[in-house]
Amino acid sequence: MREAKGRLARGPQAFYDGDVTRRPDILPDPFRSWFAARGWSPRAHQLELLKLARQGRSALLVAPTGAGKTLAGFLPSLIDLAGQEGARGEGLHTLYVSPLKALAVDVARNLETPVSDMGLAVRVETRTGDTSASKRQRQRRDPPHILLTTPEQLALLLASADGEHLFATLRRVVLDELHAVVSSKRGDLLALGLARLRKIAPQMTMVGLSATVRDLDELRRWLAPQRGHGEKAELVVAAPGAPPAIAMLDTRERLPWSGHGASHAIPEIYERIKAARLTLVFVNTRAQAEATFQQLWHVNEDALPIALHHGSLDAGQRRRVEEAMAAGRLKAVVCTSTLDLGVDWGDVDLVVNVGAPKGASRLLQRIGRANHRLDESSQALLVPANRFEALECTAAIEAAAEGAQDTPPARTGSLDVLCQHVLGMACAGPFLGDDLYEEIVSAEPYARLRREDFDDAVSFVATGGYALQTYDRFAKIKRMQDGRWRIANAKIAQSYRMNVGAIVESDMLRVRLVRGAPKSSGGAAPAPYTGRVTRGGRVLGEIEEYFLETLAPGDTFLFGGEVLALQGIVENEAHVSRAHSDAPKVPSYAGGKFPLSTYLAARVRKLLASPKAWGALPEQVSDWLALQKEKSLLPPSGKLLVETFPRGGRHYLVAYPFEGRLAHQTLGMLLTRRMERMGLKPLGFVANEYALAVWSIADVGTRAKKELFHMDDLFAQDMLGDDLEEWLQESALMKRTFRTCAIISGLIERRFPGKQKTGRQVTISTDLVYDVLRRHQPDHILLRAAREDAMTGLLDIERLAQMLARVNGRIVHKHLERISPLAVPIMLEIGREPVYGEAQDEILALAAGELVDEAMGG
Amino acid sequence: MLHGVAALPDVSGALWLMDHGALVVSDLHFEKGSAYAMRGVMLPPYDTAATLARLGEVIARYTPKIVVALGDSFHDGGGEKRIGEADRTTLCEMQSGREWIWISGNHDPDPVGLGGSCAKEISLGPLTLRHEPQTGAAPGEIAGHLHPSARVVSRAGGLRRRCFASDGSRCVLPAFGAFAGGLNLRDAAFAPLFPNAPPVAHVMGRGRVYAVPFARCLSD
Repeated sequence: MREAKGRLARGPQAFYDGDVTRRPDILPDPFRSWFAARGWSPRAHQLELLKLARQGRSALLVAPTGAGKTLAGFLPSLIDLAGQEGARGEGLHTLYVSPLKALAVDVARNLETPVSDMGLAVRVETRTGDTSASKRQRQRRDPPHILLTTPEQLALLLASADGEHLFATLRRVVLDELHAVVSSKRGDLLALGLARLRKIAPQMTMVGLSATVRDLDELRRWLAPQRGHGEKAELVVAAPGAPPAIAMLDTRERLPWSGHGASHAIPEIYERIKAARLTLVFVNTRAQAEATFQQLWHVNEDALPIALHHGSLDAGQRRRVEEAMAAGRLKAVVCTSTLDLGVDWGDVDLVVNVGAPKGASRLLQRIGRANHRLDESSQALLVPANRFEALECTAAIEAAAEGAQDTPPARTGSLDVLCQHVLGMACAGPFLGDDLYEEIVSAEPYARLRREDFDDAVSFVATGGYALQTYDRFAKIKRMQDGRWRIANAKIAQSYRMNVGAIVESDMLRVRLVRGAPKSSGGAAPAPYTGRVTRGGRVLGEIEEYFLETLAPGDTFLFGGEVLALQGIVENEAHVSRAHSDAPKVPSYAGGKFPLSTYLAARVRKLLASPKAWGALPEQVSDWLALQKEKSLLPPSGKLLVETFPRGGRHYLVAYPFEGRLAHQTLGMLLTRRMERMGLKPLGFVANEYALAVWSIADVGTRAKKELFHMDDLFAQDMLGDDLEEWLQESALMKRTFRTCAIISGLIERRFPGKQKTGRQVTISTDLVYDVLRRHQPDHILLRAAREDAMTGLLDIERLAQMLARVNGRIVHKHLERISPLAVPIMLEIGREPVYGEAQDEILALAAGELVDEAMGG
Repeated sequence: MLHGVAALPDVSGALWLMDHGALVVSDLHFEKGSAYAMRGVMLPPYDTAATLARLGEVIARYTPKIVVALGDSFHDGGGEKRIGEADRTTLCEMQSGREWIWISGNHDPDPVGLGGSCAKEISLGPLTLRHEPQTGAAPGEIAGHLHPSARVVSRAGGLRRRCFASDGSRCVLPAFGAFAGGLNLRDAAFAPLFPNAPPVAHVMGRGRVYAVPFARCLSD
């Protein structure tokens, strides 16, 4: 049994500010005695929420971790239910929605404490993807008073014919971790679901539970039905907890120039782990998690129980780690963002963040995982893996001290989620376009949705929304005589249920351990294995298909803390065997690479430009910057520094926009195209979070000096025009973005593990669909949806546009004889990071070249 | 060269047999979009037009006397009735002034009724053209059906493209249809066709076809 360490068990301590309207005695009796029996008194924000709920008003509660947020959310419901005579059998009273099913399950378990202590006749149940079909059936027939679920399950319930009946009695909705939900497509899905709930149960009120965010009004609008005036829910802000104690590791070792591994700091991290009770070691990617875990075990002379936790590991394995944490059997866990949110699994007293913090709010969220007592500071240690990251860590510590937030701005509801919702609503029952439109624009993310876009979505759901109207007879939803839309047949509802949700996983392959490969004789590479392998080996987890595309059979990589060799891919499984290798190919799987937040980037730029503030930096870093000042220039505030220098027979151009890898990659693509046209003969480029390096045959620097071209022209904003269009047409990232939209919108069906046995030649490739659609109907709703995603998602075009506007006419060009100190990190990435450019056919030319070599060599 | 006959793999995915003035394309899969739409998966209805546009372009380049469609020209039996008026006209214009032969495939076993003639297989000199490649076939077979594609990885990165698979005595053509997927050359289905030596993948690049040795083609 796991100790009751959950959110309700963490008691609110005395916190009473003397305001009469908030006096504890507004609590009815069993509750007052329950608080008293535990030696607690209710907190001001808990009573404030109770008051608002009684007035029938929705509210946003912003509170730090450990402030009794969840209890505050449920208190009005419990009191209401306790006061009802024979509350049982009166239908669903409260709906709780959490982004994590584990959190829903944990909250349900913790609600049992007050319910059973006070002997309340209140039934609490969860409904997640794991809930059995029979229990789901029963829940519809005989719903609990409090149902805890996820956005996807809410969508499913609303899309069923009895959804209206089920939710008619609803009084209250509790939305947990709201700050994390609203910035994603799942938030769009949830917002649409809530709009429908408001229509079914106009009497219900909502409470959103959130950590501190940059713009509270955005969340308040999200909770209120929009009627065109930016309506907002009430706001309750709990007193903040003690500020966290954040330090940066000033390493004894040499701080590396580049890389993200932080292997130099492993012994120092190990010392801290030893000294603490339980440490969470956060890293930014699964690959880093694997590497850090491996390195910690290398130095683990005391055999401390250190575990690994990330999203690719088998779910059972993750559960075991969580249970061991809760039971106090672990000393440290190396983890990715999988532990950013959610259940508190143990008595964590130190958070170590390896690598760049990426954003001030993200860092605070992670630090909040330690020490859930309000009055004590959370302890955190930041470990920069390279010199630029030391700058970023310093900026983040300063931001945290000021309490500055940089959560992403509110999103405009995406069109693919809208399409999915329209079909869901048709599954619930026939609808009139006018009514559904009015309902949808009451949801904040869709408040500015144009009627044409809504109509396009309906037409997409019906027949694909093509200008060439040839699919009318196959329509999925049809218009009846009275103008209402209904689904054409029951199979369509079934297909909707299989495809609901706004998360599209990359195609994953199961990783299965098999016995080692037969020894291949000679130096020849082992033949790829395509035949049958003995089954029955253990499944270690899942890995993205596109990652495995970079591996050849026989290649070794780290997974689940072990060195594995790829044996071959059989159907939808990657067969691997244990291997010994000193230099495993560390998988650079893309999962969890967050871009540097705009806010933190601005702070880093400011820090760089003001040597007076360098006192906060490790000496190695300030020395490095001083050297840069001497040899070249510091990137001036508000301007873009561009350095040019020759090296090894090539000419380099390095720019320092500090806008994150995604925006830099897009910029690199566009710059090289433009340079090509200017006759500067670019060969390739490499991008990291801070800078971008392009190399070329032509001497770019000298030509700029001679004014044969202007740097300002090279970075002019108009590169976002035709060049961008042309590039988007072929971009693999754009195609991946389109695939996500095609799946969410319901254009094509999800692939389920085990259902992928049909040969690839008969499945539909969304890349092919994208190519055809782009040529024949470039304004199609799905292309619009994909474009909008690309603006903020994988291509980060919006951020690039803002940067180009900011530096317009403010390019500072420095021509150098040799590489500058600041340029060293990005130059070191060449050869480590994939090189971009017009390399597509290059791959084939290189591979084909071998044939010639073979032929010549006979 | 294919079994002694000049054979040029074109970047479009068509095979040009200059000596015979014959252009061979395979697996056009016309109306795959509408076949899916019938089952509620609303793929864009533009695939036939897109395929025809590419076909028209390659025909204009070679002006062949004969065009052979190596089977699976339609994605399903009903495709012929669903094809749009404009696409039908385009196809008719393409057929005029030349011989046009529809080889039947597993997706379209019945003769195609859209101009031209139909056959199960045909011979052109020493070559035999049929839809499905046969294990142990006599040298000189040109077939389709399998939709070969290759995954190529080099230090510049990796990609997956359609390809021709040939060992010099027989050739499997890539699928020509806009929505037709690909089957990796490493799939077990290819091995029995090339018992003596593995095929070379003639991979379709942006501007030309690259001959990539089998050893450089990886499984998925």
